[in-house]
Amino acid sequence: MAWKKLLIPLAAVPVVLLLAYGFWTDPRSIPSPLVEKPAPDFRLTLLDGSAVSLRSYLGKPVVLNFWASWCYPACYEEAPHLEAAWRAYRDRGLAVLGVAIQDTEASAREFAQKFNFTFPNGLDPGSKISIDFGVYGVPETFFIDRQGRIAAKHVGALSPGALDGQIRGLLARP
Amino acid sequence: MRRIGFGLFGLWLALAAPPSLCAASSPEVEARTREIAAELRCVVCQSLSVADSPSDMARQMRELVREQVAQGKGRQEVLDYFASRYGEFVLLSPEKRGFNLLVWGLPFVGLVAGAFGVYAAARRWTRRASGEEPPPIDPAYTSRVRRELEERAQGRE
Repeated sequence: MAWKKLLIPLAAVPVVLLLAYGFWTDPRSIPSPLVEKPAPDFRLTLLDGSAVSLRSYLGKPVVLNFWASWCYPACYEEAPHLEAAWRAYRDRGLAVLGVAIQDTEASAREFAQKFNFTFPNGLDPGSKISIDFGVYGVPETFFIDRQGRIAAKHVGALSPGALDGQIRGLLARP
Repeated sequence: MRRIGFGLFGLWLALAAPPSLCAASSPEVEARTREIAAELRCVVCQSLSVADSPSDMARQMRELVREQVAQGKGRQEVLDYFASRYGEFVLLSPEKRGFNLLVWGLPFVGLVAGAFGVYAAARRWTRRASGEEPPPIDPAYTSRVRRELEERAQGRE
């Protein structure tokens, strides 16, 4: 008869386990289904009025960064590291591309000037590029290899160390 | 004469409007868009669908859904597109396969188990009430009742 009394607590065990699994999972660390897939192509109108397409970068590793001038403090912390990485690795063929999402042209330009951005940056009207890359928020960074495949995705501000590690990994890929 | 002129002008407007424009803003497309957007999670909100969220991101996602619907894409095609970019997380109801089947199936398993439990309990109660087999009584109790009744009868005399 004792086992019958245990039945109710025992029935709760799987429920508690399921809840524990759910609560310990970080809802923001959703793995991107795009990793190891070809990056979606896009056309980006740059702040200087010219335009580039991602396809034209084939053969070069690309760091694609999504930012916004209203994204404080994360994007402000990350911006100088991006510019520094671009200056450090451009001679080795690295390309850095910035996409400002849900931003106005004036604020985006002000942000780019504040951090002396010398790599190409443009706006994403209608968030088409962001949605195509499954961007949840800013900053988010995609590391695209020479063959145009997404090698990795980083959510949140990149530290200089993390950025350097990702770029080295990207340069080592065929 | 002027009225006829206006009428002709209206007719000309209706004929001159590009057909794609008509299709893009038709109530049918709007209804399909709302239907599909209601199945997508607004990725910058907490527990809101793309159809219900007032955020810019959701507005732009609705625009994209509308565009794809106007292109003639079906519900599943549009949902698949968003899932291929954001992962299954973007779908408000998980797809019916693999581990997810547990979410879809468990409530029904629970319902059947509960119904069985109620049935078993009801059966036990009715059997007890009909009293087919009264449980055997300890002879010690019967003799005690008999003795006490006798004592009462004697006390009254």
